[in-house]
Amino acid sequence: MTTVEKTQSPMLIYLLRRLLYVVPVAIGVSIICFLLVHIAPGDPLTSIMAVDATQEEQAAMRAAYGLDKPLPVQYGIWIGKAATGDLGQSIATGRPVVGEVFNAVRNSLLLAVAASLIAFPTGLFLGFVAGYFRDTVVDKAITAVAITGVSLPNYWLGIVLVIVFSVTLGWLPAMGAGPGSSGGSADWAWNWAHIRHLVLPAVTLSVVPIGIVARTVRALVGDIFSMDFVQALYAKGLNHGAVLRHVVRNAAPTAMSVMGIQLGYLLGGSILIETVFNWPGSGFLLSNAIFQRDLPLLQGTILVLALFFIFANLVVDVAQAAIDPRIKRN
Amino acid sequence: MASAISPLAASSPSGTTVTAPKTRSYWSNVLRRFLKDRIAVACAVILLLLILAAIFAPWLDLADPYRGSMIKRLRPIGTEGLPLGSDEQGRDMLARLIYGGRLTLLIGLLPVVFAFFIATVLGVAAGYAGGWVNTVIMRTVDVFFAFPSVLLAIAISGALGAGIVNSLVSLTIVFIPPITRVAESVTSSVRSLDYIDAARASGGNALTIVRVHVLGNVLGPIFVYATSLTSVCMILAAGLSFLGIGVKPPEPEWGLMLNTLRTAIYVNPIVAALPGVMIFITSLCLNLLSDGLRSAMNVKD
Repeated sequence: MTTVEKTQSPMLIYLLRRLLYVVPVAIGVSIICFLLVHIAPGDPLTSIMAVDATQEEQAAMRAAYGLDKPLPVQYGIWIGKAATGDLGQSIATGRPVVGEVFNAVRNSLLLAVAASLIAFPTGLFLGFVAGYFRDTVVDKAITAVAITGVSLPNYWLGIVLVIVFSVTLGWLPAMGAGPGSSGGSADWAWNWAHIRHLVLPAVTLSVVPIGIVARTVRALVGDIFSMDFVQALYAKGLNHGAVLRHVVRNAAPTAMSVMGIQLGYLLGGSILIETVFNWPGSGFLLSNAIFQRDLPLLQGTILVLALFFIFANLVVDVAQAAIDPRIKRN
Repeated sequence: MASAISPLAASSPSGTTVTAPKTRSYWSNVLRRFLKDRIAVACAVILLLLILAAIFAPWLDLADPYRGSMIKRLRPIGTEGLPLGSDEQGRDMLARLIYGGRLTLLIGLLPVVFAFFIATVLGVAAGYAGGWVNTVIMRTVDVFFAFPSVLLAIAISGALGAGIVNSLVSLTIVFIPPITRVAESVTSSVRSLDYIDAARASGGNALTIVRVHVLGNVLGPIFVYATSLTSVCMILAAGLSFLGIGVKPPEPEWGLMLNTLRTAIYVNPIVAALPGVMIFITSLCLNLLSDGLRSAMNVKD
């Protein structure tokens, strides 16, 4: 057994170990999503039950939704169906939850990727410059920008941007995801009529990750520059550009992991921004589910988002291990 | 072996009496370094003023924050008798912003305080005990970590329904996992140090060792980490109310005010944006204060 393991690549072993770790976490997440419905006060069926429903009718309804069985049994049924892609039906609309969630998640993903495309290059650039010119005016200015970024309540920033660019200047739309998007199943197209709807929410969403990435990279690059090996590289006669390359390579794994986690956060954290801009994404779906007390929809949306987040973290960890040999050895 | 135990046991109580004045000088050093940091001190003063204004709001000779007026709706800043204008129901914005600090600061800060205590117990227990205790606590924490914090807060609040207590509960749950992780990692690094082995060899029981030797070394980093979360908590708490699953109307609360004033951005945008300015100032001060504390206490992240 040991000889087999030795011949296998450490990357493969790392991948397997990381996958093994994900399984119990995913199960735990599904349990929390399932229990959410049961910590909710009141009967989940009150919103659709007739006010004058008799005891028998209520019991029949409960049996129809499987709510008459003990909790572990209910969980077993729910997770068994979820594993085959059936998250039940929305109580409010009667449509399958899976379809609604995937449409919404696609829109959220679009928004999250757009925000990342703004945030990551900007954050990396600012952080690198600040770390390189540590303790200078440039560093102080960038640090001020970064801390402002992480302190901004982004839902408020969204409102301010709407006030400036939609209400006052009239340049960009304040709401929705463009023509044909109101039903939740957006007919997204890569034309200006749609992209102009993406600008304000994406910019709003990018501000916090810009601050976080800039702060992390600044600390990282500053620390690496003060390490002995940088001196050694200069002493060896390497030119400035070559030394910078070494610094970047040392900073890359951590910077990547921060960005990966931020991408996951953007997907799950865009809920407030989606509400501000009426963006038909997962956050919008979630707030509808909350206000209509549509518990299967709430459960399903949160489950899918959390699993996405776990998956994003997994990809980040594996990618990080692929470029950083130190991780595989642990 | 018996002879080796007695000098260790003897040094343990004398060690604590020697470190007592040294601990004081550490704190006076921290205070001195902190007071030199002008930005952090300024932020502390602003936060203190906001908190005092919120506490003593009823004695500040303000207008009634609940009484509206049909004819005085959405007046601009500087209107006679309405220094910061009025909201969509004609209520005095200055009074509502100051009263709004009561609930916003309460729901924005208390969860981190609760989470700090609960997570310190969990994290120190996991880090010190190790073994299956560590496994049970930390794997449970991992599950909660699989949710982005905004999503978790909204999910729990959404399921529990609106209300002040529900917001406090859901935000406390959100902040326990990250603090527990930090507490566990600092505790396990302290636990592997020689002086803990020495204390165990001299026969100290686990509770005494944790109280006397571990807590003093781990509370600082855990506290600094917890303060760095207050700004996020503040923004999230107001965000829950903004979504309509936090504080219920007609209570003045900054996030809720931002929500109810959203339709007013076409009429009176500056007044509509004011509650957000308050959230922003508070969260900026909390972040800068936390950074100041971190460098004053020499905590590395």
